[in-house]
Amino acid sequence: MECVFGLVGNGFAIVAADTSAVHSILVHKNNEDKIMVLDSHKLVAASGEPGDRVQFTEYVQKNVSLYQFRNGIPLTTSAAANFTRGELATALRKNPYSVNILMAGYDKEAGASLYYIDYIATLHKVDKGAFGYGSYFSLSTMDRHYRSDMTVEEAIELVDKCILEIRSRLVIAPPNFIIKIVDKNGARVHATRQSVQDVTTAAV
Amino acid sequence: MSIFEYNGSAVVAMVGKNCFAIASDRRLGVQLQTIATDFQRIFKIHDHLFIGLSGLATDVQTLYQRLVFRHKLYQLREERDMKPDTFASLVSAILYEKRFGPYLCQPVIAGLGEDNKPFICTMDSIGAKELAKDFVVSGTASESLYGACEAMYKPDMEAEELFETISQALLSSVDRDCLSGWGGHVYVVTPNEVKERILKGRMD
Repeated sequence: MECVFGLVGNGFAIVAADTSAVHSILVHKNNEDKIMVLDSHKLVAASGEPGDRVQFTEYVQKNVSLYQFRNGIPLTTSAAANFTRGELATALRKNPYSVNILMAGYDKEAGASLYYIDYIATLHKVDKGAFGYGSYFSLSTMDRHYRSDMTVEEAIELVDKCILEIRSRLVIAPPNFIIKIVDKNGARVHATRQSVQDVTTAAV
Repeated sequence: MSIFEYNGSAVVAMVGKNCFAIASDRRLGVQLQTIATDFQRIFKIHDHLFIGLSGLATDVQTLYQRLVFRHKLYQLREERDMKPDTFASLVSAILYEKRFGPYLCQPVIAGLGEDNKPFICTMDSIGAKELAKDFVVSGTASESLYGACEAMYKPDMEAEELFETISQALLSSVDRDCLSGWGGHVYVVTPNEVKERILKGRMD
């Protein structure tokens, strides 16, 4: 089942998510990217109801870009996170979105940051965070090995530890993961961890 | 499990001689899982007025944002800060506005009024005020806080002794509650000074 987690290192933030699209007992695909590049220096890793996830993250992305277009300056990560929380909180008592979000970003002033926003719109700035069944393993793995001054290599090693822990201890572990990073050079895909390839044609 | 116990919380306020103290725990959890250990539940409205919000974290944040907004409007219109009892009535009214779909938090309001007379009060989630002249408690640890405060409180304490008392009451109470803890946040307010302290407790 869904595993989304992330951490902040020295001058960068990393988020990782599984890439499975699952409905009840069926796996529809193994390359669903659940981490959106919000703008040049922001990442949004989302889990939850698939429709809500796509709809809501796109809504946030377009509004953040509208703000930048109108005002000529981008929103800070903190501002984008607070906007997202506001939208979730308003929706909460009307027609709630079931999306949990980890928002990572890099700002000139504040440096790298990671925000935890759950579907009931609890916002909190964290060093490390996780959602879904994977959180039971990735949170404790990160509690044990995380340091705030980690280099990218060390952080990736930790992300791999988390993935390994999920793969070995979670019954319904997803096979593939995507890892994205944001630092002063922008937000981008860092790596993927695949143990199953997408089947294109049925075996004869 | 009650929605008030979803995130876990402990908030307490005590009256001293021309001073008051307000304290809370620092845990942000989702049921039994701890998300963060630096969550804020006590907020400054102005130098002599604080509010602690126990209960559902998302509503703590929403309600706090609304209260700041209303207090700013008041400051603009009246060109002065709000008195604690006025503020308590405002909170009560805002909560009762949502009588049939309440904000799921229980506020604790503490402030210094005219002639530096301390004022403390608590409320339920629909704004029924409960005034007290010694101490008020709320949150998942409220039962143990009642016991601890009942045993430790003395009338007319000076600021330093009040800090010691409220801290010991908080720390001993959260140790008997699974959902709150991970240190404490204490404000001691005297007419000329606000002292803010972070407590370390049983960090497990």
